[in-house]
Amino acid sequence: MSIAKTTISTLAVCALAGSAYARDNVQVAGSSTVLPYASIVAEAFGENFDFPTPVVESGGSSSGLKRFCEGLGENTIDIANASRAIKEKEVKACAEAGVTDIIEVRIGYDGIVFASGIEGNQFAFTPSDWFLALSDTILVDGAMVPNTNTTWADVNSVMPTQPLQAFIPGTKHGTREVFEEKVILEGCKTTGALDALVAAHGGNTKQAESDCMALRTDGVSVDIDGDYTETLARIEANQDGIGVFGLAFYQNNTNKLQVGTMSGVVPSVESISSGEYPVSRPLYFYIKAAHLDVIPGLKDFAEFFVSDDIAGPDGPLAEYGLVSDPNLKSTQELVATETKM
Amino acid sequence: MTAHSTKKHGSLLVKDARTQRRNNAELRFRAYGLTAVIVGILALIVLLVSIFSNGISAFQQTKLMITLELPEAKLDQKGQRDLDVMKKVTTIGYSKVLGNGLIDQLDRLGIATDLKDKDVREILSKESAATLRDVVLADPSLIGTTVTMEFLVNGRIDGYFKGRVDRASAELDKNVKPGQLDIADALTEHGLMYTQFNLDFILAPDASDQRPEAAGLGVAILGSIYMMLVVLFVALPVGVAASIYLEEFAPKNRLTDVIEVNISNLAAVPSIVYGILGLAIFINMAQFNQSSPLVGGLVLTLMTLPRIIIPARAALKSVPPSIRDAALGVGASRMQTVFHHVLPLAAPGILTGVIIGLGQALGETAPLLLIGMVAFVREYPAAFTADAGLFGEASTALPVQVFNWTQRADPAFVERASGAIIVLLVFLLIMNALAIFLRRRYERRW
Repeated sequence: MSIAKTTISTLAVCALAGSAYARDNVQVAGSSTVLPYASIVAEAFGENFDFPTPVVESGGSSSGLKRFCEGLGENTIDIANASRAIKEKEVKACAEAGVTDIIEVRIGYDGIVFASGIEGNQFAFTPSDWFLALSDTILVDGAMVPNTNTTWADVNSVMPTQPLQAFIPGTKHGTREVFEEKVILEGCKTTGALDALVAAHGGNTKQAESDCMALRTDGVSVDIDGDYTETLARIEANQDGIGVFGLAFYQNNTNKLQVGTMSGVVPSVESISSGEYPVSRPLYFYIKAAHLDVIPGLKDFAEFFVSDDIAGPDGPLAEYGLVSDPNLKSTQELVATETKM
Repeated sequence: MTAHSTKKHGSLLVKDARTQRRNNAELRFRAYGLTAVIVGILALIVLLVSIFSNGISAFQQTKLMITLELPEAKLDQKGQRDLDVMKKVTTIGYSKVLGNGLIDQLDRLGIATDLKDKDVREILSKESAATLRDVVLADPSLIGTTVTMEFLVNGRIDGYFKGRVDRASAELDKNVKPGQLDIADALTEHGLMYTQFNLDFILAPDASDQRPEAAGLGVAILGSIYMMLVVLFVALPVGVAASIYLEEFAPKNRLTDVIEVNISNLAAVPSIVYGILGLAIFINMAQFNQSSPLVGGLVLTLMTLPRIIIPARAALKSVPPSIRDAALGVGASRMQTVFHHVLPLAAPGILTGVIIGLGQALGETAPLLLIGMVAFVREYPAAFTADAGLFGEASTALPVQVFNWTQRADPAFVERASGAIIVLLVFLLIMNALAIFLRRRYERRW
């Protein structure tokens, strides 16, 4: 009998526990690129305020925004981190679930760098080099032909004769989109391949662009679905490899990686904030306005995140590798006044 | 026929070709088996050596003793020792006080350096300002006095004492300067910088990417313990009740056959499926808190149940029918028979199954990914609060913490992740040893 009683009482306790689900901490989920910044801020927030430290989950921009749009209430997240702007489709999905008032906060910029093993050759890239190295078709004598380049010297005669081997972020990463748009597509344009493709598709620019960004599948370009730590491990195992990293990751591993220049510009916090270094993107977080009055500390956290002490050029985020936003003042105002999208 | 009969009379002492072949086959098989065992052991040794060589240093931490003044002008300008006012001074303010304290200490000791003040301050961990702030807020009377305290040093300096960083790598590394290593050496000579056992690795909560030296397993261990309690208190009674019913009371018909096959199949379902189920049922329908050990424990319970029922049924089955017959023969009811005689005899086997099931649940990561437990959590979860209910506060778990740390950019987290694996292995070892002990001590054979 005692076993039966225990079972029943256990189930009863569980049911009771479920009836109360109030929450006193801020809950954040989303982009793994924003995760380190969000956790640095969460830690400092917990130290300096009387509110509990916010809980920060990763999982990617898309999955974060999806959970953000699940609805309102204490068992949904308050803030979604994203390494890209929210899409029209997602705003619509949010509205359908009742999440109509969204505050968009841009926290700064993230640079995307190309780095190789510290012992290997030094590289100076241009977008067209990357296009000629990785695209599955390239323009040769006015016709699009399959890409047969095997060394960097084939791509550009001033480069070393090192076999082509690139480790790029997998398609689920926001970084991949930036890489395709700002590097491959750019290279496609400068080599003239885009014009040839537009002509071939009868003026259909969209189709031509997506053809541009189709990468070769013969093993020269390897998709990394894991994190930058995996890319680093692959480069350490294969010194010919060149990887795509976030600036912050590179800055934490400068004793193992050397960075390549892009169009002659060395990536750094300065060159990215001045706009000289071309491959960068803004980072965002999105707040549910309806939660501001419900979840204690949510607004304080958002204001703390974009304060000069944290997100400014001398703050801990910039130290970790975030390129601070020159328009931080207007972002601070936007958070203070709770301006919705 | 005749050829056969001559072979039959071959001597036992002289091996004919066929015996020789059979013996060789056996020898070869033994060699294969031995090779397989050796390969397995080698793989285990490589695994353990790599984990321990990377991770054992996580149990040591470099600390720095600083004697510093706590100036009232900086920490409590109004001088009223009003906590609410004092809290306005953030860790940024404290880190300046602390940094100046370190620079003064270097001057006092006559340690010369050509580093900038900012670089000298960076020898200290970013966590140390928070440590100082907590101490001052806990005892405001310290303001205006001179205190001597122990602080964590930066992860790179710590790495220097553990052999992860050297002068050559420091030249290339943007986060550490050889001059800082010189200061560290000088402070070590004065006995102020030292490496000691790191209890905080086990007790402290996680820390952000900028403070690998402060990251600990406290929240993860607590979360894992809570989840194991949930699994134990839900899966044990449910699993045992189900197996007793199926084994002792249920009629043997098509339906129970189907249930039986299903239980065996459920034990083989990939664990991530239980995560999806848990997300749908416990979070979306029952509205339990995300990231809470309650949901994690319930998901792991679902996963563990079939793995408990199968060995529990086997243990019940192994109790000889004569015991039941004897009890029934002297007039016991079927229920009395089960609870007075069969269950006590099957208990060691059932417990062994439960502990091994718990061990599997302890090391499980995949289902926890979906219910928000892969997170950065710094607050220790309370077992019960009025707001969040039983086990309702956000937490992580040990295997999830390993997963988290392997993804961080700072190389110092490699050491932390391996250290966390060691802790997890120790827990598993303890549980399995307990299972073996119970089996050895109480199991009866007929």
